[in-house]
Amino acid sequence: MSIPLPVFIAIPLVTAFVLPIFGKKGKDAATVLANLATISLLVLAVASIGQSGVYEIGKWSIPLGINLVLDGLSSLLLLAISVVASAAMLFSARYMEQYTAKAKYLSLFLLMVAGMNGVVLSGDIFNLFVFLEIASLASYALVGFGCEHEELEASFKYMVLGSIGSIFILFAVALVYGNTGSLNMAYIGKAIRDSGLNAGLSFAMALFVVGFGLKAALMPFHAWLPDAHPSAPAPISAMLSGILIKTLGIYALARVVFNVFGVSVSIGWLLVVLGLLSMVAGAFLAIGQGDFKRLLAYSSISQIGYVVLGIGLGGLILARAGNNISTEQLGWASLAILGGLFHLVNHAVYKSLLFLTSGSVQMSTGTRQLKQMGGLAEKLPFTRATCTLASASIVGIPPFSGFWSKLILVVAAVQAGFYWIAAIIVFVSLCTLIMYLKVQRYVFLGELPENLQQIKENRGSMLVAMVFLACLCALMGLLVLVPCLKQSILEPAVKVLTDGLEYSAIVMKM
Amino acid sequence: MKGMTIIVKTISSWVKVLIFLFGIYIILFGHLTPGGGFAGGVILASCYVLLMLAFGREYVEKNLPLPVASKLDCLGAFLFALIAVLGLVFGGTFFLNFLYQKYLPGEALELVSAGTIPLSNIAIGLKVGASLFLVILVLSMFRPDMSGKKEE
Repeated sequence: MSIPLPVFIAIPLVTAFVLPIFGKKGKDAATVLANLATISLLVLAVASIGQSGVYEIGKWSIPLGINLVLDGLSSLLLLAISVVASAAMLFSARYMEQYTAKAKYLSLFLLMVAGMNGVVLSGDIFNLFVFLEIASLASYALVGFGCEHEELEASFKYMVLGSIGSIFILFAVALVYGNTGSLNMAYIGKAIRDSGLNAGLSFAMALFVVGFGLKAALMPFHAWLPDAHPSAPAPISAMLSGILIKTLGIYALARVVFNVFGVSVSIGWLLVVLGLLSMVAGAFLAIGQGDFKRLLAYSSISQIGYVVLGIGLGGLILARAGNNISTEQLGWASLAILGGLFHLVNHAVYKSLLFLTSGSVQMSTGTRQLKQMGGLAEKLPFTRATCTLASASIVGIPPFSGFWSKLILVVAAVQAGFYWIAAIIVFVSLCTLIMYLKVQRYVFLGELPENLQQIKENRGSMLVAMVFLACLCALMGLLVLVPCLKQSILEPAVKVLTDGLEYSAIVMKM
Repeated sequence: MKGMTIIVKTISSWVKVLIFLFGIYIILFGHLTPGGGFAGGVILASCYVLLMLAFGREYVEKNLPLPVASKLDCLGAFLFALIAVLGLVFGGTFFLNFLYQKYLPGEALELVSAGTIPLSNIAIGLKVGASLFLVILVLSMFRPDMSGKKEE
């Protein structure tokens, strides 16, 4: 293996601790350095595609030491994290000029990236928890970065609910350790495959679903998200909605459910129901919002539902078939999981783009209320173009990325015989269309209010970040349409999940 | 905030040196005796907390200004990460105890032994001491915002 895996954690971590030394005078140098760090992570993530391996930290062999595991699912998530982080960092270069203490912001941002990379790479369930806490703590501070009354309140609420989620996860880790005698995910998986689930482990599983569900803001656990995500500065909203809830929530949940505990029919149904609930309720709540970023936040809950639905549906099909699974059923399950994971990547790109455009609008107009805007199409042409593209993508207009992932989900649901799920997916897509038409109508079309006659668009690095993500939005469909891209990026990730408990054997052989 | 009575002030000015020295001892002997970077760092910070209680916040801030403490905090974390990266550079594996394996094996139970572990302890001690000091200092600075609002 050519890349030593800890560099994914070491680069942002070391940079994060160097940055505060620059202080107020070296703000520009700090910005350049932070951007270099995220871009080098992007390069490394691209280079890591197609590789796999285990890295033993300090040459302590597993299960004694800590190990990092790179497989298809990890490299998919690494890629998504570094794409969103580079764009958000580039956007921050100009956007964060409005705030004081920029070096501290950059430092916290990089800590969050280090935590997320750690979650994705960790092969050890306790280190997964530690990295999850690093990323969460950095995000609590970043949500309250503006230090206004409303932002601090949102940050506090987020911190309380996030900590409750973390406590659930920590309890579950302790139960797992008590029942299997190991913290290494491969060894836990092996113990569970050999002796099955007992009552303690089943309870741990329930705790994991609640804990990771809180981090992912699935429907009954979503209360913190609509406050926290809009209150953060725009690039941080993009990071939180774009990638943080997926890494800490969905990735960790999928890894634990599929590779460590093994899917069962009841867990499969649970994920499907949670997914559907988030999709429908998130969409209904989003339509009624009058605040631009709040609408986007509710829409995130709805879109997260799609991802969980896809993964849960795949798990359900796998668990129903049991050990003697036919190739046809495996195909359906793979298709459903492919749809879920592809939607995860797509949503990371277009939702972060939408939050960046909302930041650009907010910086120019000074408001987030949809009704106080209007007619901005001529004043903010680039913001308008990128926002429309991202909206088209999230709604699912054919050439753009969102269409393909929803299509795959619908096809998988129909093939497996769940016609009603396919109908709900299409229906929620329609609700999504309504909410984004509302955004277009109130923000960019209509009459330009008197007080907004003089505004200007912010160009420079903000524009580069938005155009970069918009290009990705338009081109992401190629990930499933071009066979070699699909085979190198998405299919290894799907295979990790469909392999299920084979994970432990695969890791021990690497 | 002018501090406590003369008795407390006198006694704490005698005791502060002992506490600080004890913290340094715990950090340096972390690999031989119970304790280590974290425990020693907490003791170092508690020395400053004693001074803060006895002499008032301003006295402590003059001794260890906030920006300096903040830099020490980052320095500690940076040193720890640096030791890990040096393992990658000199030994080929992240966090490898390269000093012990290659350069400085040392006898067990001696002060200079165990390779990079005492160095990591010093870095952690710096980090924990400075950040705990900062947490308490910042907590003592803020007052609850009662302006214009009744109790909710």
